[in-house]
Amino acid sequence: MSTLSLAARDTTTMLRRNLLHARRYPSLTLNLLLTPIMLLLLFVYIFGDTMSAGMGGGDRSDYIAYLVPGLLLMTIGSTTIGTAVSVSNDMTEGIIARFRTMAIHRGSVITGHVIGSVLQSVISVVLVGAVGVAIGFRSTDATALEWLAAFALLVLFATALTWIAVGMGMVSPNAEAASNNAMPLIFLPLISSTFVPVDQMPGWFQPIAEYQPFTPAIETLRGLLLGTEIGHNGWLALAWCVALTALGYFWSKAVFDRDAK
Amino acid sequence: MTTTAIAANGLRKSYGDKTVLDGIDLTVPEGTIFALLGPNGAGKTTAVKILSTLITADGGRAQVAGHDLTAQAQSVRAAIGVTGQFSAVDGLITGEENMLLMADLNHLSKQEGRRVAAELLARFDLTEAAKKPASTYSGGMKRRLDIAMTLVGSPRIIFLDEPTTGLDPRSRHNMWQIIRELVADGVTVFLTTQYLEEADQLADRIAVLNNGKIAAEGTAEELKRMIPGGHIRLRFTDPDAYRSAATTLHEAARDDEALALQLPSDGSQRNLRTILDRLDASGIEADELTVHTPDLDDVFFALTATTTVPAQQKESAR
Repeated sequence: MSTLSLAARDTTTMLRRNLLHARRYPSLTLNLLLTPIMLLLLFVYIFGDTMSAGMGGGDRSDYIAYLVPGLLLMTIGSTTIGTAVSVSNDMTEGIIARFRTMAIHRGSVITGHVIGSVLQSVISVVLVGAVGVAIGFRSTDATALEWLAAFALLVLFATALTWIAVGMGMVSPNAEAASNNAMPLIFLPLISSTFVPVDQMPGWFQPIAEYQPFTPAIETLRGLLLGTEIGHNGWLALAWCVALTALGYFWSKAVFDRDAK
Repeated sequence: MTTTAIAANGLRKSYGDKTVLDGIDLTVPEGTIFALLGPNGAGKTTAVKILSTLITADGGRAQVAGHDLTAQAQSVRAAIGVTGQFSAVDGLITGEENMLLMADLNHLSKQEGRRVAAELLARFDLTEAAKKPASTYSGGMKRRLDIAMTLVGSPRIIFLDEPTTGLDPRSRHNMWQIIRELVADGVTVFLTTQYLEEADQLADRIAVLNNGKIAAEGTAEELKRMIPGGHIRLRFTDPDAYRSAATTLHEAARDDEALALQLPSDGSQRNLRTILDRLDASGIEADELTVHTPDLDDVFFALTATTTVPAQQKESAR
């Protein structure tokens, strides 16, 4: 069998294994979905009036429109915490030692995790998006191409965060540590333009909020779905996705190729 | 004509400044059981990890199934099966799913995979539990599933790292039976154990590993011959009787605290009769007489006794 078809076959097997885990034990994935959904409802129904007033008028439906793109990306961050946890769990299990002593494509163990996690992210985004639509989010002005681009951005962003989460999971000695190490993935969206525009934050903080990975992606998604100005955010988002993917990939690979303990 | 399944030369491994393996040489002929015997921390698991490509040695060379360990690791992996000390099953999925996972990773066709999985599950008495998550299995069942998974790829060389540690006596005997059947099929088995009885029962050749070095190697019989022979032990309850016997049998080794005497003996009937006649003639009546033949325990303790000497040696009463 050629290297490529071996890689494809083993990766498919590993992916099936990870999806089986997710299907058998959906509670982890569903728990992680709660955070973005709760935040969505909290900020719309509890803080909604204050928030929209603070952002220069508009009613609650304007704020829903503002909020949903950021929360979709936050959903990805939240889902990938689950990735870090399950990778860490997996690495401490004897089964990984077994995989290492088998004549299989070495990378398939990790790529199986990555693809499975990206699929889970997409499903989670669809679920949170459905909640958004149910409470009044509309993106009727977007063209089919813009929808496609928005979807591509979500997939790219999920891939990037997943690779980082895999690296975090690999270096964590146990599930608790993995969950702690992956905290930035849920914390970063809180200090992005998810809830309030960057220009309404304190001046010293604006550069941090503006250039961290989440804000450019959020602004790009907003632009694609709602027709707001994207500007340089599109390129920034793309650059972040590529950089994080590469970083996560080489990091995970280096850790995986180290001798087993 | 036998060929060599495993050949290792001067394997070394250290973690920091702790030397775990200090240059070990091993040769295992195809179709035999080889036992690496040693106390906890002797380096047994490290040796298995190196030979099964899980970790790399710091020095030395080894060939497994005719392939170089470092240069042709993937070819080695295709020929071996490994069952580690800690269960290598996926606890989140069922026993059957574990087996089918192995079938997929061994690139069997769907049909072939189902057939092999069902066959092995039946052989290891797991058919009933096949649809239950592996995490719900008992220790013995997990170990059986573990070995069944290892066998899916029909490996020619199987590494078993302490296959019976933590198993109850019945499960242990089942495991021994399984291992014997494997070799009957022509497979080479490399096992580690801290149980002397296990090595004695199963292995064609035994290497005693102590402090990262092979202290001795040979068949169980050869190893037993390496240490002083057996003896007869006479134990008394009355100190006076003990003292008078000790005076009469002046060549006996004395154990004043236990009130016991040890006479050299090969354990044969003739030798036993001679000794008994002598005891009768001198009017010595011991309260307990035991015949002690050297077993692997003695070998083990003799070879590995660097710091602690066993307080009590095993006696086998005849």
